Amino acid sequence: MPTKTSATKKSKPSAGTSNLSFWGWRRENGRVGVRNHVIILPLDDLSNAACEAVANNIKGTMALPHHYGRLQFGEDLELHFRTLIGTGSNPNVAAVVVIGIEDGWTDRVVKGIAKTGKPVVGFGIEGHGDIATIAKASYKAKEFVQRASELKREECDISELWVSTKCGESDTTTGLGSCPTVGNMYDKLIPKGIHGVFGETSEITGAEHICVKRAATPAIGEKWMKTFQAYQAEVIEANKVDDLSESQPTKGNIAGGLSSIEEKALGNLEKIGRTCTFIDVLKPAETPAQGPGLYYMDTSSAAAECVTLMAAGGYVVHTFPTGQGNIIGNPIVPVIKISANPKTLRTMPEHIDVDVTGILRREMTLDTAGDALIDMIVRTSNGRLTAAEALGHREFVMTKLYRSA
Amino acid sequence: MSKSNIPQFLVHSPKDNVGVVVVEDLKAGTKMLGVVTENDTTIHVTAKHDIPIGHKIALKDLKEGDTVIKYGEDVGRMTGSAKEGEHVHVHNHRTKRW
Repeated sequence: MPTKTSATKKSKPSAGTSNLSFWGWRRENGRVGVRNHVIILPLDDLSNAACEAVANNIKGTMALPHHYGRLQFGEDLELHFRTLIGTGSNPNVAAVVVIGIEDGWTDRVVKGIAKTGKPVVGFGIEGHGDIATIAKASYKAKEFVQRASELKREECDISELWVSTKCGESDTTTGLGSCPTVGNMYDKLIPKGIHGVFGETSEITGAEHICVKRAATPAIGEKWMKTFQAYQAEVIEANKVDDLSESQPTKGNIAGGLSSIEEKALGNLEKIGRTCTFIDVLKPAETPAQGPGLYYMDTSSAAAECVTLMAAGGYVVHTFPTGQGNIIGNPIVPVIKISANPKTLRTMPEHIDVDVTGILRREMTLDTAGDALIDMIVRTSNGRLTAAEALGHREFVMTKLYRSA
Repeated sequence: MSKSNIPQFLVHSPKDNVGVVVVEDLKAGTKMLGVVTENDTTIHVTAKHDIPIGHKIALKDLKEGDTVIKYGEDVGRMTGSAKEGEHVHVHNHRTKRW
């Protein structure tokens, strides 16, 4: 679990890195969030309508509709609960109203989130109907949002920040510019005590011999290799009909100049920099438990699925390198876009938060680019809306492991 | 760095046999300046095709079956040929995996 450090640390940041503290909301369990959302969380697809009605009634709250939650079983069901409970438990969330079709599973999500100590309440629809449920839930949502609106930010050391990464619509410029920019940031901030995470299991294909060497110990490397090989066997080899061209790499990747998964994977892995090593391998949506450091999370490489899982793991800021211009956001976590592709900056600049095109012109070093990203992470944590937030991107996508019963 | 020193292509490793075009609207016949980012050395290759930004050029003559090296690593095989300065992409390059 996270350690409680002094919230009013006065120590000045070291030379070369500026402003290494941020203003966040300290939650009941000691974790620090950079957003203050009150969410209306559906247990299942059937409850989306009620959740959206509550969010419409009570301004300042947000519904998180999704497609699943019925007749799931086994590890797929566990992942469903872990994702919902993790999302509600994320420190960017001040309070949660859960609505489900029935009370039993609804209560399981409520109890999971309640462990954080934050306000959470659940409502089952059966026996009451949508209208009565929406009314009851709206009263609680109003109470929660008014309470949350009075919570104050406090100054926190950078070490209390949990920063995730995953890239998307990659091209050759991500491997040259935006991914190593994230890597440079991790090389600087992991030693300062932040939590980091990378994933995208399929997208390490061709770079697994390098990734496994970045495990902190041979045992962690072995755990990682088992995870990688299981994904290859159970997902890729079990279902493939060709060499996955146009899926992995995507059509967008190919348009951007990538022509094999190996090439894409080597660019992807630039996100973990040169020096940091990963200290554990997490299941999808699992919360890290080994203290500060870089983690690997077993995820798909689809942007919204991956970012949703990392947010459920407890990460509060996401760094997202893109080449061709992936526009993804997340409802509870600010997603910072970094791009080195001048065409993307020219044609869709409203989606990019950090412009590192200077790397391609050899006018900007990776060190300078990493500092620019750290500056944007701090500003975003302090409240600056990301491009994705300003544009209303709230992609919340549950990962489903197999068909329901 | 003055404008004339801005490279048209970048190469990750001195071991690589492909480079990445990093400017828009590159035309065939352009005498390109390339920089190897790992050791900051420069190389010169003449573009034989119009090559879109982000796409790869062969740094030497490559034939079908050759391994394409980028980041100093194996990134797949040539399924066709490409002479120095020609375009390397999905029409002549595929994964060795899956």
